[in-house]
Amino acid sequence: MLELLSKGNIMSERKIIDARGTYCPGPLMELIAAMKQAEIGDELEILSTDEGSVNDVPEWINKVGHDMVETTQEGDVWHIIVRKAK
Amino acid sequence: MKILIVGGGMGGTIVANNLARRLESELRSGKAQVTMLSASDQHMYQPGLLYTSIGRMAPDELYRDQRSLLEPEVEFHVDPVVTFDLDNNQVVTKSGKTHSYDQLVIATGSRAAPETIPGLAENSVNCYTEAAALEMLRQVRDFKGGTVGIVVGVPHKCPMIPLEVTFVLHDYFKEKGIADKVQFQYTYPIGRIHALAPVAEWATGEFARLGINTTTLFNMKEVDGNKIVHSEEGETVDADLLIAVPPHRGMQVIEDNNLGGNGFIPTDRHSLKMDGRDNVYIVGDTTNLPISKAGSTAHFEAEAVAENLAALIKFGTSVRDYDGKVFCFIEAGKERATYAMFDYNNPPNPKAPNKAVHWFKMAYNQLYWASARGLL
Repeated sequence: MLELLSKGNIMSERKIIDARGTYCPGPLMELIAAMKQAEIGDELEILSTDEGSVNDVPEWINKVGHDMVETTQEGDVWHIIVRKAK
Repeated sequence: MKILIVGGGMGGTIVANNLARRLESELRSGKAQVTMLSASDQHMYQPGLLYTSIGRMAPDELYRDQRSLLEPEVEFHVDPVVTFDLDNNQVVTKSGKTHSYDQLVIATGSRAAPETIPGLAENSVNCYTEAAALEMLRQVRDFKGGTVGIVVGVPHKCPMIPLEVTFVLHDYFKEKGIADKVQFQYTYPIGRIHALAPVAEWATGEFARLGINTTTLFNMKEVDGNKIVHSEEGETVDADLLIAVPPHRGMQVIEDNNLGGNGFIPTDRHSLKMDGRDNVYIVGDTTNLPISKAGSTAHFEAEAVAENLAALIKFGTSVRDYDGKVFCFIEAGKERATYAMFDYNNPPNPKAPNKAVHWFKMAYNQLYWASARGLL
C-alpha cells in the first residue's frame, strides 16, 4: 500500500491508509497511529467512506499543527492527504 | 497438507480447533496435519483482566491449560518461533527446531507498550497484563480521593475499554462511599468520546449524568513525574490516579523478522492473506487492518481462515471472504451492558444498555472457554 512520490531529487513514500468501510477505530484514529510512525515531511493518504472524515481529519491536523495537502472525492470514497509537519 | 499455526491465543486456538473438526478424516489418515507453536502452555482470558483490576476475578480464574482447549488431533508445542523463513516455508523455534509448512497462520497478537510514551509506564496503571492489573487493583484500592485521569493511546486492544474502565471505576468508588471525593477526567484521541459515533453519543449522556469531565482530541505526548499528561495538541491533564490504555504494538518477533511495521503485518482485508504471500494467513491483532483489535475480531477471522484452509483440501480453492465482522460487549456500569456489532458494510447500531446483556457478559466470561474450543 505504499506509493512512491517524487519530491525533487528525493523519493519519499506516501503511505496509504485504506480505512474504507471501517467504523472502529475509524479513519482518524488510524491516521493518528500512522502519523506517530511517520517522519517529518512524509505524506499520508487516508481513504475513507465516512463523510465525517472530511471535517474531523482537518480539525485534528490543524489542532496539532500538521499540514492538510488535499481532499478529493471519488465516488463514495474520500481521499484525504496530509503531511507530517512536526 | 501441513498447516502450521503460530500463536495460541483466541485466534490461533479457534483456527486449530475449527480445522480439527473440519478435517477429522484427513487428520486421521495423515493427509493433513495441524501443528500449533505457542509461547506459553497457558491460555489467558484477557477481558477478565478488567475485573481482576478491581478485585472481581482472581488471577487463577483467567487461565486454562492450553492443551486442554485443543482438539486431540492438534499437535501442540510450547516453543515460540524466533525466525520466519517465508521464502522456504519454514520457521525456526526458540529450541532450535525447524518446522516446515504448506500453509502458515500467524496469530501472535499484540501487547500494550506504555514504554513508547515517555513517563507513561512509570506514572500510570493499566489492565493489560496480570501484573499490571494487580498493580492497578492496589492503587485503586488505596485511592482516597482526587482526580482519576483516563488516557488513551492508539492503536489499542479492546476498543470499549476506555469507556468500560471509567464506568467500572465510577461504580467502584461509589460503592466504596468516596464518590464525592473523586473526579474523573476522561480523554480520547479523536473529537468525540468513542470511535463509534452512536456509542459516543450514548456515552456522552451517561458521562454528563455521572459528572465525568471529558477532553477530546487528546493524544499523549509525555507524562511527567507529577502525573501531568501533556498532549500532542498542547493540552494537559493533571491526575492523582492515572489509568492508561497504552498504545499497542505487535509482538517483537514480528518486528525482528521485518514482517510489518510496529509488529503488525500487512494483510488483505478479505482473504486475510499476508500481502504478497499466497500461503500465509494473518489472524487477530497481528493484522494491520484498520478494524477493532478485539477477541471477537480474531474469532470471526479465525473461522473464515479455517474454513478456507479446509476448503483448500476439500475443494482445491478458498470459499469465502472475511466480511469485517466485529462484536463487542460494552459494560455500562450499574450492572448494565450493551453491545456493538458491525462489519465492512453495516455500521453499528447499539441499543440502550440493560441488565440482561450485562448478565450475559458475566456468563460469557465462562462461555469464552467453549468459544475457544470452537463450540460457540
